Amino acid sequence: MIGKHRHLTGLEPLSRDDLLSVMELATSMKEVLRRPIKKVPTLRGKAVVNLFFEASTRTRTSFETAAKILSADAVNWTSSSSSVTKGETLVDTARNIEAMHPDILVIRHPSSGAPQLVADHVSCAVVSAGDGAHEHPTQGLLDLYTLAEHFTGIAGAPAVAAPDFGTLAGKTVAIVGDVSHSRVARSNLHGLTKLGAKVRVCGPPTMIPEGIEAMGAEVHHQLRGAVEGADAVIMLRIQHERIGDPLIPGTREYSKFWGLNEKKAAEWLTPSCAILHPGPINRGVELSPEVADGARSVILDQVENGVAVRMAVLYLLAGGAHEAAEGGARS
Amino acid sequence: MSDIIFIEGGRVIDPASGVDGIRTVVVRDGKVAEVAERLERPRDVRAVDARGKWVTPGFIDLHVHLREPGQEYKETVATGARAAVAGGFTAVCAMPNTAPPNDNASVTQLILARAEAAGLARVFPVGCISKGQKGEELAEYGELAASGCVALSDDGRPVMSSALMRRALEYARAFDLPLTVHEEDLLLVGKGVMHEGPAATRLGLKGVPAASEEVMVARDLALAELTGGRLHIAHLSTAGSVRAVREAKRRGLPVTAEVTPHHLALVDEDVARSRYDTAFKMNPPLRSAADRAAVREGLADGTIDCIATDHAPHSAVEKDLEFDAAANGIVGLETAFAVCLALAREGALSERRLVEALTSSPARAFRLPGGSLARGAPADVAVLDPAREWRCDPALFHSKSKNSPWKGATLVGRCTLTLVGGRIVHELAGGGR
Repeated sequence: MIGKHRHLTGLEPLSRDDLLSVMELATSMKEVLRRPIKKVPTLRGKAVVNLFFEASTRTRTSFETAAKILSADAVNWTSSSSSVTKGETLVDTARNIEAMHPDILVIRHPSSGAPQLVADHVSCAVVSAGDGAHEHPTQGLLDLYTLAEHFTGIAGAPAVAAPDFGTLAGKTVAIVGDVSHSRVARSNLHGLTKLGAKVRVCGPPTMIPEGIEAMGAEVHHQLRGAVEGADAVIMLRIQHERIGDPLIPGTREYSKFWGLNEKKAAEWLTPSCAILHPGPINRGVELSPEVADGARSVILDQVENGVAVRMAVLYLLAGGAHEAAEGGARS
Repeated sequence: MSDIIFIEGGRVIDPASGVDGIRTVVVRDGKVAEVAERLERPRDVRAVDARGKWVTPGFIDLHVHLREPGQEYKETVATGARAAVAGGFTAVCAMPNTAPPNDNASVTQLILARAEAAGLARVFPVGCISKGQKGEELAEYGELAASGCVALSDDGRPVMSSALMRRALEYARAFDLPLTVHEEDLLLVGKGVMHEGPAATRLGLKGVPAASEEVMVARDLALAELTGGRLHIAHLSTAGSVRAVREAKRRGLPVTAEVTPHHLALVDEDVARSRYDTAFKMNPPLRSAADRAAVREGLADGTIDCIATDHAPHSAVEKDLEFDAAANGIVGLETAFAVCLALAREGALSERRLVEALTSSPARAFRLPGGSLARGAPADVAVLDPAREWRCDPALFHSKSKNSPWKGATLVGRCTLTLVGGRIVHELAGGGR
């Protein structure tokens, strides 16, 4: 359970305390992850099924790694198609998998709301690994964690230390890119605003969805205004198929006006501003290689923290975890 | 004396004849024989005790999908007509998006034969605007009219070609048929599945902008003006469409419009509240609160002529899916009265206007018989209990399909007795109490 929640379908339903409970546990998990022998018996005998209806390397591997470190059995179920005309329905697939008695179903799906639909039909815990343009809650959590590390001044430190999540309050975070199609942006908006940060979203008007202000975002169309004075910038991936959509005329023009390169970063960003990206990066489109690999980048910290946060989520949702949480992984 | 019925003690609301008061309605030989304050009932004549109830003309729904021929697992003419009379509807217009589509006399005749055999609500078929609803060639309006079609529509599919739409409006004039149009610019809609706005943004669902309807309404109003053809806007859903129709009517254009109970009652945020429940997915989608306020106002002031359910039965096969993949549409015949009555209780609509929008207004829009309790009119009558509370359990629907956003809700107001042509075709169990 995360607070009173049996499933993790998004960050929107979670309270501030719920978010903190996952992230505080993630610090213990990160310590396990960094051990030379990274294996704890905590979830031995538990089964995690990764049900992926969309291509994903990073997220699936991250969940699989997280499950295995905790000694859960991880099974990957990949479906090349979610089309109802081609085969069984999502509900049928979920019920079939449930008949194999998994404890947790991790689902990635191109349709917004698919994890909710599955959660409505199965009795095991459901974790969204990203649904359509709705939410990507574990990405939101790992971004919050990474930002808190950065603001606490411990990012990249050799020893694992607990970030101060209170540092997020009052900070300004800019999210730049195709916000309209981004589930990462939505989870970040929910998470950041719940922890007291201010969020700016930036992109061409075609990539800013109607009514995003109602989620607490300040809308910018010029990159400079969005990133100047920001404490961190989250750059989103620009997908090539958006050109025909047509949301932008091309990547060349996009990169010129909304991409971040060394020169813009040096002129517009504060010295301590961190740069995040959910990956995979289109080098030379939204981020120049120098910036992606530069000193401000915490992109690889995000990947590491992703495993830790997912360990915490699996642990909390695997059932009966509360008493274990006191003595188990923290000890 | 068996074909005489006295409906006594009810509040007769008949906007067509300007009656609103306690009256007795006498039905004889299938017709309304008399509506009067005090009448002596002969012995042995059947009496219906309507005290505490409303007695209105049977409701007329210009927009239902009966799914026959072709999709009988969702609905048949008989089950749809049964659902209709259970909801107080004595006449329904059957949309032509059947399989095959109703673009020829044989399909029209089949629908009429099934309706006749069912012997419940009157069924008025609507023929296709274009052959096969493909939007390419005109269907044979003369043959459709002669075999019993009362209007033309490619409902479910907009007529994207402005040139075809122009010719359809023109050609239909020869047979005096209205075109009832599904207004949607498909290119603007794209892969949209709900109203574009803050709720869609939060849910991450692709949006359908209000403008996708409004550009087509604007186009068709211009074409109605060009051609003089009769235009009826189906399921009008946005504030911009209301403004456009209001202005067109002010200028005297031959246009009428309908709105659904769900667009009057629900908004896009209800999709979020339902957590992606596909019983809240329909086309046009549930709109913003401002749009809802505008369609309510439009209905109240007569810009929108009538209420039509867009009764769209779908089985679990089409609905128990991802929101993106689920079929559009909900059933509406058996919940319409209660849902619309709530508007009257909230003061959004007078009771008289509510009844008018379900009876005489739709009759006038398509020039159908009925919609009135005037002496000599067909005895199509609904007896309604405006205070009756009931739990909406779709398993108890007469419709074959259960896709209702009101499942589990407690509704107030229910039809207790329905007469078609003087025959009792529906009587709610326990209806007298």
